[in-house]
Amino acid sequence: MTDNIVEIDNLSFGYKGRLLHKGINMSFPRGKIVAIMGGSGSGKTTILRLIGGQLKPVKGEVRVGDKVVHEQGRNDLQKLRRKMGMLFQMGALFTDLSVYENVAFPMREHTSLPETMIRDLVMMKLNAVGLRGARDLMATELSGGMARRVALARAVALDPEIIMYDEPFAGLDPISMGVICNLIRNLNDALGATSLVVTHDVKEAFSFVDYVYFVADGVVAAEGTPAELRESTLPFVHQFVHGEVDGPVPFHYAAPDYRRDMLRGRDV
Amino acid sequence: MDRTKIDLWVGIFAAIGVAALLGLAMKVGNLTTSNIGETYTVTAGFQNIGGLKPRSPVKSAGVVVGRIDAIQFDSATYEARVTLKLDKRYLFPKDTFANIYTAGLLGEQYIGLEPGGDEDYLQENDKIMQTQDAVVLEKMISQFLYSKATETKE
Amino acid sequence: MSSKAVSKLASALQNFGHRLIDQFWRLGSASRLFGYTLASSGESLRRPFLVIREIYFTGVLSLIIILVSAFFVGMVLALQGYNTLQKYGSSEAIGVLVALSLVRELGPVVTALLFAGRAGTAITAEIGLMKATEQLSAMEMMAVSPIARVIAPRFWGGVISMPLLASLFSMVGILGGYLVAVPLIGVDGGAFWSQMQASVDFREDVMNGFIKSCVFGVACTMIALFEGYDAPPTAEGVSRATTRTVVNSSLAVLGLDFVMTSFMIS
Repeated sequence: MTDNIVEIDNLSFGYKGRLLHKGINMSFPRGKIVAIMGGSGSGKTTILRLIGGQLKPVKGEVRVGDKVVHEQGRNDLQKLRRKMGMLFQMGALFTDLSVYENVAFPMREHTSLPETMIRDLVMMKLNAVGLRGARDLMATELSGGMARRVALARAVALDPEIIMYDEPFAGLDPISMGVICNLIRNLNDALGATSLVVTHDVKEAFSFVDYVYFVADGVVAAEGTPAELRESTLPFVHQFVHGEVDGPVPFHYAAPDYRRDMLRGRDV
Repeated sequence: MDRTKIDLWVGIFAAIGVAALLGLAMKVGNLTTSNIGETYTVTAGFQNIGGLKPRSPVKSAGVVVGRIDAIQFDSATYEARVTLKLDKRYLFPKDTFANIYTAGLLGEQYIGLEPGGDEDYLQENDKIMQTQDAVVLEKMISQFLYSKATETKE
Repeated sequence: MSSKAVSKLASALQNFGHRLIDQFWRLGSASRLFGYTLASSGESLRRPFLVIREIYFTGVLSLIIILVSAFFVGMVLALQGYNTLQKYGSSEAIGVLVALSLVRELGPVVTALLFAGRAGTAITAEIGLMKATEQLSAMEMMAVSPIARVIAPRFWGGVISMPLLASLFSMVGILGGYLVAVPLIGVDGGAFWSQMQASVDFREDVMNGFIKSCVFGVACTMIALFEGYDAPPTAEGVSRATTRTVVNSSLAVLGLDFVMTSFMIS
């Protein structure tokens, strides 16, 4: 068990009394790529924020290394966060900075490297995502896929041990999706990092991850390698993996009986 | 926008901003004219000060020689006690006359000092004994009317 | 009274209470943000370029609107003042009138109102968008405090810009007044300046105006920052926050102006 870099233990979290997570257990082994999957609104992104210490759990705990995240003081939390890189859903590039400055940002904030060395490092990171040529563009001039890649270069700027991806495929064309898949795999292996991918794109995710957690109704509904899950007979997993319209997750939002609803219109 | 350009613009902005503040101080305000260095304090009692205010000028022969520091009501003598701050460079005899004048017909009021002939000078915290009150327009008019009325009776 | 009316009244009362509590809550969190901003100011002032950049965005970019408005305000003051003063035969006092109204009141107040409209809204929209696009979250995850990196430099940029802008406003307004009074109307130029100098006091008028503009700088910038930081991360939330910045800043400026004036006059 010591080789799990992140462990989530009986985690509960919610807003204003309504629990979003009801006792989640997950573990993320060092060097692997693990996907967290689930429908929209199932609190997948929230798990990443709990790991990053931006939110505090109601019950249970998240451990990174051997440290409990929500018990860390301000300075220790900052130290912990420097081991993490996070790719936000829409990239979250700083719109007032150029591509180059965006990638250089974490280096300037956390190191006192000379400008020449920062330049070399930025070029290496941008080269890794194939956007060395775009260094002088402003963040606002990039397409969605490019922005995502720059954000990825920024997330790995300080060679983190844990890289978290929040919906890295959302709103991308198939080519960009493929590019991102490759990048996640390659960066993970090149840096010797551990990657956490939050997504609902089954096809893309299953093609490159090592392990998958399914989250539904606030608990881990299923887990396993992609191959195991494809064969799973659990109704929910089956519905999700094969993208069926109706199943345990109903097509209809909870509503009164259709016939009664229609008939009532006449009384009005 | 690159860094040196921003620096330049902010530099220009700061320079003209500070220049404007200095302009307000020097050209618009009276920082230069009211620059009274060392002062000494004397007081004077008036029956009526009219529209005199703290910081009104004290002039002698038309030259500003000091400013009014404070105006209080003295309940022992039922007078207004005016504290004047005079420039240390200017000395006045002990029997100096303090009058309240009005600049023009409707202008601000100030204290005019008319030096007497005494050999001794006013010292710190001395009191000017001879004063003349502000001219109150209503009083003057009513006096004028009264005298007119008595004239016609005769 | 029918039970329907009672329940209507009750819900109205409840609504009012909710809003009141909400306002207190917002005031509290604004104060907390203010405290954090001051606490992390040292960190951002150690990197002066961050602040200089914000002075550029709030100060330099507001220059045009400030200078042009000041010029017109000064000219209008001179025209209006001349009309009235001339009836009493003291048109030379026009310099006093223009200078005192600008230095004491119009300079700081109008500058602050224009600042809220020009720079305040820009700050709110920028911070709101940074929040909506998760830039602030991203910064936090990079172990960089958004308050030290984003909020505090903007705060100091605004606080430094405001008094400079207000001084410029007063000075340019007086020049505008001079142009109307002296070359256009024909008031004696010497009398214009000398009467002004005789009645505008450095400490009472110029310094008090300066202090006012510093206070307005703190209030306007902090309101703009808070509204942006507090905005719901949606397009609608950001646009509402921008409106609130203008409304709240204007109210704060006029209210504070009354309070400060009454202190300064007594």
